[in-house]
Amino acid sequence: MFRLEARTSTPAWFNLALPLLAIAATLILCSGLIALAGARVVEAYGVMFSASLGDSYAITETLVRATPMIFTGLAVAVAFRAKFWNIGAEGQLLAGAVASCAVGAIPMPGPLAMLLMAVAGAAAGAAVALVPATLRVKFKVDDVVSSLLLNSVIFYALMALIEGPWKDTFSGYPISPPIEDSANFPVLMEGTRLHVGVLAALVAAPLIWFLIARTTLGFRIRVTGENPEAARYGGINVERVLLSTALLSGGLAGLAGVGEVGGVHFQVMSDISPGYGYSGIVVAMLARLNPLGVVPAAIFLAAVMTGAEAMSRATGVPAFLSDVIQGTALLAMLVALLFTAYRIRRVGVAR
Amino acid sequence: MSVVLEQIFQVGFLAAIIRIATPLAFATLGEMFSERAGVLNLGIEGIMLLSAMTGFTATSLSGSLWLGVLAAVLTGMLMGALHALFTVALGLSQHVCGIGVTLFSSGLAYFLYRLIFGQQSVPPNIKGFATLPIPVLSDIPVLGPAVFNQFALVYMAMLAIPLAAFVLYRTPWGLSVRMVGENPRAADSAGVSVIATRFQAVILGGALMGLAGAFLSMAQFNAFTFGVVSGRGWVAIALVVFGRWDPWRSAGAALLFAFVDALQLRMQASGLGHIPYEAFLMLPFIFTIVAMAVMSRNAVAPSALLKPFRREER
Repeated sequence: MFRLEARTSTPAWFNLALPLLAIAATLILCSGLIALAGARVVEAYGVMFSASLGDSYAITETLVRATPMIFTGLAVAVAFRAKFWNIGAEGQLLAGAVASCAVGAIPMPGPLAMLLMAVAGAAAGAAVALVPATLRVKFKVDDVVSSLLLNSVIFYALMALIEGPWKDTFSGYPISPPIEDSANFPVLMEGTRLHVGVLAALVAAPLIWFLIARTTLGFRIRVTGENPEAARYGGINVERVLLSTALLSGGLAGLAGVGEVGGVHFQVMSDISPGYGYSGIVVAMLARLNPLGVVPAAIFLAAVMTGAEAMSRATGVPAFLSDVIQGTALLAMLVALLFTAYRIRRVGVAR
Repeated sequence: MSVVLEQIFQVGFLAAIIRIATPLAFATLGEMFSERAGVLNLGIEGIMLLSAMTGFTATSLSGSLWLGVLAAVLTGMLMGALHALFTVALGLSQHVCGIGVTLFSSGLAYFLYRLIFGQQSVPPNIKGFATLPIPVLSDIPVLGPAVFNQFALVYMAMLAIPLAAFVLYRTPWGLSVRMVGENPRAADSAGVSVIATRFQAVILGGALMGLAGAFLSMAQFNAFTFGVVSGRGWVAIALVVFGRWDPWRSAGAALLFAFVDALQLRMQASGLGHIPYEAFLMLPFIFTIVAMAVMSRNAVAPSALLKPFRREER
């Protein structure tokens, strides 16, 4: 007989073991779909790996892909720590992209443009995130639903811009005018797309970790999330903490949009984000809401996305496999997290 | 104002409201059953999408519309069972599991659709449901052609509302659902299986979400596109709050939303000149957010919503 037994503490190696377990389970489960599509599983995963992590250029591409998901992953991790259910990173990213694109189109010296783009993008994302937080604090509106609905609102606002005042009159395509050349983020390595935003994301992760783990605000965020009643009893203004968390979370998601405009696309279009905001949720959960874990988790998802496209070209398996992998990984991770709360014990059967 | 009033009393406008309300009514009732049992199902958006896909595919391959509906319903039930497995049996976070179910179902829908139909420049379509006028009733002026000359699935939605109210308030099973949603401990003491009841409610909810998906791809659009659901699932969750977890009020909320949606479609079509059409597309979503802000203060959710039940824990 086996029995589930409550666990009081978890060993440190769990932080690494659980996501790896979840990822392994995900790849095994999804291999069924590859077989269904008539491809050889080992070959398909092989192509995925070599196209995303197999050589140095592929690695830079994967890092570029990972960058927006590091930011949205951090945004979600911070929010979920306070149990502010921000599912709106997608809309906040789009708002950040639009704001930074507007700023980047103004002629000014490069470094100043980059700084102002980041400020504007973060501010726009924060402003959007403030809406569900305010609605929750003041009107008791469920933050999940309001932040989700807001994603659609922001998306249509973006569409109105690029099909209206920002529309490319020359080509007639619904894309915004490009930002100034001087505002394009510098490339770190010749011949790659590795832009300075990638570096910013890699720096942001330890900074956010420090903020959460070592500062007063971080402490308040954690206590608010773990036990709001105790937080209130201890003199923490829970409402204010939620609003601060929303600003921080939305700002980070906004920066994801800034990086895409400044470093990758140099303009705004309708498909500037293939769901990076939602992927941020997967990233944050795989990282167990630890900002340091967000980086490898985002790189994993980015590798899946880049790899899936190459796999699709080589084997004919639809690239949408990467979407299935994301969803499966999230669910598998949740199940794996059970091991942090419980352990399976063998119990002798009474005779 | 008079222009608006004129449009309201047009047959076409009334019919459009009913048609827009139908998938929302199914989805809202589905989410309501799940939440009344204490389980928030954020998987709704993905479940509707996957059901729309399986329903469309089954019809496309078999030629039978009702086989498609059956496939959609079974898909919804299966995904409901998956959500219940995670949230009820394993007691995992309902928020995150729901998002997981939505991501998984949407990914699977895209993947399978592409696998079965390939990449085509013109998306394949089916001959969807035709309108089915009800004799005598459809002859009533204005109301008749708008309400009683609709798709069979619309009538099903109309019947589903009183049926849902009856099941929830007048049957022993409905009482169990309400008990496990309000006070699972007491329900357990009274001999009601909390786990089984929640599973049943979430699966029933999934079936209704499946019908919502079927309506979209098999009656409204007669094709499956990646944007076929486009936020209707999230709206349904808001409508449940707006409808205070009651079948009649929830259905009313769906009708009200459909009115706003139909109105914005009319306003788009009438070409209110310089206003971009996206502003109208936003309108139902903003309306829903504002409506929630107005209603949520007094809204009382089922007490055990979001709370997993473990018998051994007290």
